[in-house]
Amino acid sequence: MAKIRGAIVVDTERCKGCELCMYNCPTQTIGMEHKVNSKGYHYAYMENPEACIGCTNCAVVCPDGVITVYKKKFEQ
Amino acid sequence: MDINEIIKEENLVYRKSAVLNDKVFNFCPGCGHGVVQKLIAEVVEEMNIESEVIGVGSVGCSVLVYEFMELDVVSAAHGRAAAVATGIKRVMPDKYVFSLQGDGDLAAIGTSESIHACNRGENITMIFINNGIYGMTGGQMAPTSLHGMKTATSPYGRNEAMGHPIRMSDVVAQLEGTYYVTRQAVHTPAMVRKAKKALRQAFENQKLNKGLSFVEFVTNCNSGWKLSPIKANQWLDQHMLPFYPLGDIKTEGVIVTKDK
Amino acid sequence: MAELRLMKGNEAIAEAAIRAGADGYFGYPITPQSEVLEYFMAENATERTGMVVLQAESEVASIYMVYGAASTGKKIMTSSSSPGISLMQEGLSYLAGAELPCLVLNVVRGGPGLGDIQPSQGDYFQSVKGGGHGDYKLIVLAPSSVQEMSDFVPLAFDLAFKYRNPALILADGAIGQMMEKVDLFEPIPRKTEITEPWAVKGKQPGEPKRTITSLDLDPYGMEKHNEHLQAKYRAMEENDVRYEAIQCDDAEYIFVAYGVSARICQKAVQLAREKGIKAGLLRPITLFPFPKKQLAELADRVKGFLAVELSAGQMVEDVRLAVNGKVKVEHFGRMGGIVHSPFEVVAALESKIINV
Repeated sequence: MAKIRGAIVVDTERCKGCELCMYNCPTQTIGMEHKVNSKGYHYAYMENPEACIGCTNCAVVCPDGVITVYKKKFEQ
Repeated sequence: MDINEIIKEENLVYRKSAVLNDKVFNFCPGCGHGVVQKLIAEVVEEMNIESEVIGVGSVGCSVLVYEFMELDVVSAAHGRAAAVATGIKRVMPDKYVFSLQGDGDLAAIGTSESIHACNRGENITMIFINNGIYGMTGGQMAPTSLHGMKTATSPYGRNEAMGHPIRMSDVVAQLEGTYYVTRQAVHTPAMVRKAKKALRQAFENQKLNKGLSFVEFVTNCNSGWKLSPIKANQWLDQHMLPFYPLGDIKTEGVIVTKDK
Repeated sequence: MAELRLMKGNEAIAEAAIRAGADGYFGYPITPQSEVLEYFMAENATERTGMVVLQAESEVASIYMVYGAASTGKKIMTSSSSPGISLMQEGLSYLAGAELPCLVLNVVRGGPGLGDIQPSQGDYFQSVKGGGHGDYKLIVLAPSSVQEMSDFVPLAFDLAFKYRNPALILADGAIGQMMEKVDLFEPIPRKTEITEPWAVKGKQPGEPKRTITSLDLDPYGMEKHNEHLQAKYRAMEENDVRYEAIQCDDAEYIFVAYGVSARICQKAVQLAREKGIKAGLLRPITLFPFPKKQLAELADRVKGFLAVELSAGQMVEDVRLAVNGKVKVEHFGRMGGIVHSPFEVVAALESKIINV
């Protein structure tokens, strides 16, 4: 059976920590990093990378275009 | 499993459009303006028309649009974007011309220019950001502010003496010159995807030369509304969308009648 | 082809715009210049050359249509009269700030406010001192005949493009409405290719994007931009002052007048000389840049200047600045649409300058 796995890469310096990606993620993949970037924003990161399905919801809703999404089908 | 197995160019499914550069938007965290500029960039890139697009910026939060988009852009005075776009399109009819205007620009100081551009059926795409408030100047009342809405210039709520919220899309749909009028939102992934289709349609329409395409985006202004981005989007759902319902208002020059 | 015709000033300027290869005209009717738009329409200007002619919803819209169209590097024009030109001041400031060339015609009427529809020169300050907000100048040309209404159109476009700056033809109700013979110049074909590197046309692959704006939030950047504009205005003063000196060589007294007032002063020179007064006329053709040097030179050898204007005294201030106290400078004007007679002008020279 094939399994879809996704991953996101966040441009942490350009992230403003609005949390809309986290809120709109259907698999609770995303969390907000405790650390801050040089502007003082907590930035998004993959808290549960195993959960990501590469649906792009986070990237689509991100107002600053800081999320890049990858998706791959694995044969199990 | 190694995450680097996934993060490879061949597995890419979403990346910021190359029509946007790497400058950080001047918008507040969570602002819908950013999503709209992202969509414009994506539509232009997907249509492969970068070399044929001339944008018109306006005065308001989107005033610096020319900083972020790798497009030729003319920056208009407050309220005059529709006249500026008219001037460009009339002498360059083969170019795609769009204006990007907020509610102060399009629905207050520039009502005359906006309505007459619509009425003349200028073959342009007007993009209207309606967040019910003046963001850039610090959260003052807009013509689109809802009844009772608290702003810096209506601190006890907008009352009748301050006028009523204006539904610009419904106004311009009544004019013979508009070919396509739609109201969209961009605060959920599904809405963004739908809005992008509408925006693409509004750009494609310029090939038809049949009149003006008008796309309203009902967005948040979480700083102006004094709410967190997530709470602002919930407030938008609860208060803005009932007054500014989403969907096509006019397609192919005909007003959409909704069956109840 | 070149051609001799009897025309109104307002018609001549429209015909000249068609012949000068103008790409677009955007305007709104107002007396006494409505014939401009009417002529473009009656003459089927669009069919003749392909130029765009559009009646806008207001003067505000007109000037911003000009702003948009001028951003593409094409030859764009508008026209109006005093109250309408007042509405355009914000746009003119933006055009000057964004360094866009264009041609604006003001057929001045009596003011202030709604005023009347008779000839006036009460918009001098507004025209030469900026008019809108911020530090900027327009190139201002003052025709005094229907012939010049025609001839100044290609000249104004040339200057506007040379300096990337709006050019204003400052006429008055008399020059706009009067009929004279005009020797119309040979038509210049419209440009088929835009070569201006700054003009928007869509970002071309491998080229940087183009931005037309007057905004710079960095105050150091804004100061630098202002210094660049000021250098341009100094270059205009250095290279593009235009004037006409009539019988100034042996003159003891000089009338300074432009537009319709200059025509009256030409007669006044003749009348004065018949009375034994050695009078001459210095007619500024460019009101900005103003013929300061020429006036200063004259001031070294004449006894006095009389600025003759259809206003309460506006250009006289620039004459005084140029003359710098060397000799007497006075003003004679009529207002509200009344045009002075040459006899009045000579009498004013005698009473205000000679017999004092």
